[in-house]
Amino acid sequence: MRALVLAEHDNASLKPLNRNVLAAAARCGGEVDVLVAGQGCAAVAAQAAKLAGVAKVLLSEAPHFEHGLAENIALQVAALAGGYTHVIAPASSFGRNVLPRAAARMGFGQVSDVTAIVSADTFERPIYAGNAIATVQSGDAIQFLTVRPTSFDPVGEGGAAPVETVAAVADAGLSTFVGREVAKSDRPELAGARVVVSGGRALGSAENFALLERLATRLNAALGASRAAVDAGYAPNDWQVGQTGKIVAPQLYIAIGISGAIQHLAGMKDSKVIVAINKDPDAPIFQVADYGLVADLFEAIPELIERLG
Amino acid sequence: MKVLVCVKRVVDYNVKVRVKSDQSGVDIANVKMSMNPFDEIAVEQAMRLREASQATEVVAVSCGPTQCQETLRTALAMGADRAILVECEADVGPLAVARILARLVEREQPGLVILGKQAIDDDSNQTGQMLASLCDMPQGTFASKLVLEGGRAVVTREVDGGLETVSLRMPAVVTADLRLNEPRYVTLPNIMKAKKKPLETVTPAALGAETASAQRVLKVSEPPTRKAGIRVPDVATLVAKLRDEAKVVS
Repeated sequence: MRALVLAEHDNASLKPLNRNVLAAAARCGGEVDVLVAGQGCAAVAAQAAKLAGVAKVLLSEAPHFEHGLAENIALQVAALAGGYTHVIAPASSFGRNVLPRAAARMGFGQVSDVTAIVSADTFERPIYAGNAIATVQSGDAIQFLTVRPTSFDPVGEGGAAPVETVAAVADAGLSTFVGREVAKSDRPELAGARVVVSGGRALGSAENFALLERLATRLNAALGASRAAVDAGYAPNDWQVGQTGKIVAPQLYIAIGISGAIQHLAGMKDSKVIVAINKDPDAPIFQVADYGLVADLFEAIPELIERLG
Repeated sequence: MKVLVCVKRVVDYNVKVRVKSDQSGVDIANVKMSMNPFDEIAVEQAMRLREASQATEVVAVSCGPTQCQETLRTALAMGADRAILVECEADVGPLAVARILARLVEREQPGLVILGKQAIDDDSNQTGQMLASLCDMPQGTFASKLVLEGGRAVVTREVDGGLETVSLRMPAVVTADLRLNEPRYVTLPNIMKAKKKPLETVTPAALGAETASAQRVLKVSEPPTRKAGIRVPDVATLVAKLRDEAKVVS
């Protein structure tokens, strides 16, 4: 058994979710190597080398790896995968984009969004927006897995793995990077935040989301939204929590003016503590909430901010 | 330019599925089936390209049992010119579907293939990426905007933390995210017209596509249920509970 973890990074630093992916990789029962493919990303490899349980870091640098284009990164993964029994990436927009491409290139399937490693060849994953859990056994010689970071506790530091430079594959020449618009924010990232404050359509306008921002600032929380709120234009796309948006599992999730469609619940029902504030006493969100408050959010939220001090 | 658009028949978005008591799967007998919502967006995008004279023909494809003909008729009613049903079992996996589609791409030579980013039944989010890989085409996944210019597909993608734009050599594979467009409603006259449009049925074997899978579903179980907690009468009680009982705020 030997697992290769495809690291997600921005060439400057390793994303925290890699620690969770490493925990999943360790459960597969063998040594774990990490692939850092990028450009000017030696610092990232050094960070990966310090994480617990890493046997070796493979560093592969090339200009055509800089922006994580799937066409090039998948080729690099496929070039190295032959030496491994498991190839694992986070179930993030990066991992979901790259890994199936690498798997198909080698003629193997993939198990997506793994939430539990039952054994080296058997995995649990949610289907139907989390309304059922499938246990999947795969006979592939190399298991390609994307794992849901929130389902695994992150590994700590304490490792001192060697960093080995590997030759980069040539540019596939199929795609080029044009640009990226990243919302600048001082808040924690939604996927990894300890507290998430989420708003629904009941907020009524983008301006009213400012109320949530004040609460989020007080709690050092990330901001989220239901699909209804995003579709109505009250919140940006990347705030969406749910089956087709972000999957979060913070210590505290506060759902404000969110009715609780199954697609939304799929994205947050693994949160440790769920608070729901909604005017409608019959809203389905109350069925999963630890603490439910039936109230007008425009009165309750200012009071909540005030009482939190 | 020809556009190939791929559609899957799935349990309707509004149905809450139930796990079978013998854990062999979910109960989909007598449940409403529809076109996968992301695939509807893919069909809509193909139609917009044709209406803008950027595409000359839109071909809809589905892999699955005979009933997928209904799904293909919906695509034809939305405006697709013709349809192909690759008849196979309902639970054929993403890699097998990608292999079938790759054979059809070889036969049809489309300039663009559009699929939904994921199906809402197995939530795999793999088929488009695998198809692109097998055909050695570039991929624009999770697309929220698609512009064809100078022989390239410029795709704006929804990624964690924002948006990313890539430029792809064509032919290319694009997978549709929620905000790419809002699909049209099919009208009765178009449903009638769709009945007369050509729908071809083929088998994976006739296409030379391998559909065996190394994956087996051992069981399907209920997710752990979360018990509803308590109702608090007011904000003061809520804050007290969060501080003293749950200890999640200071």
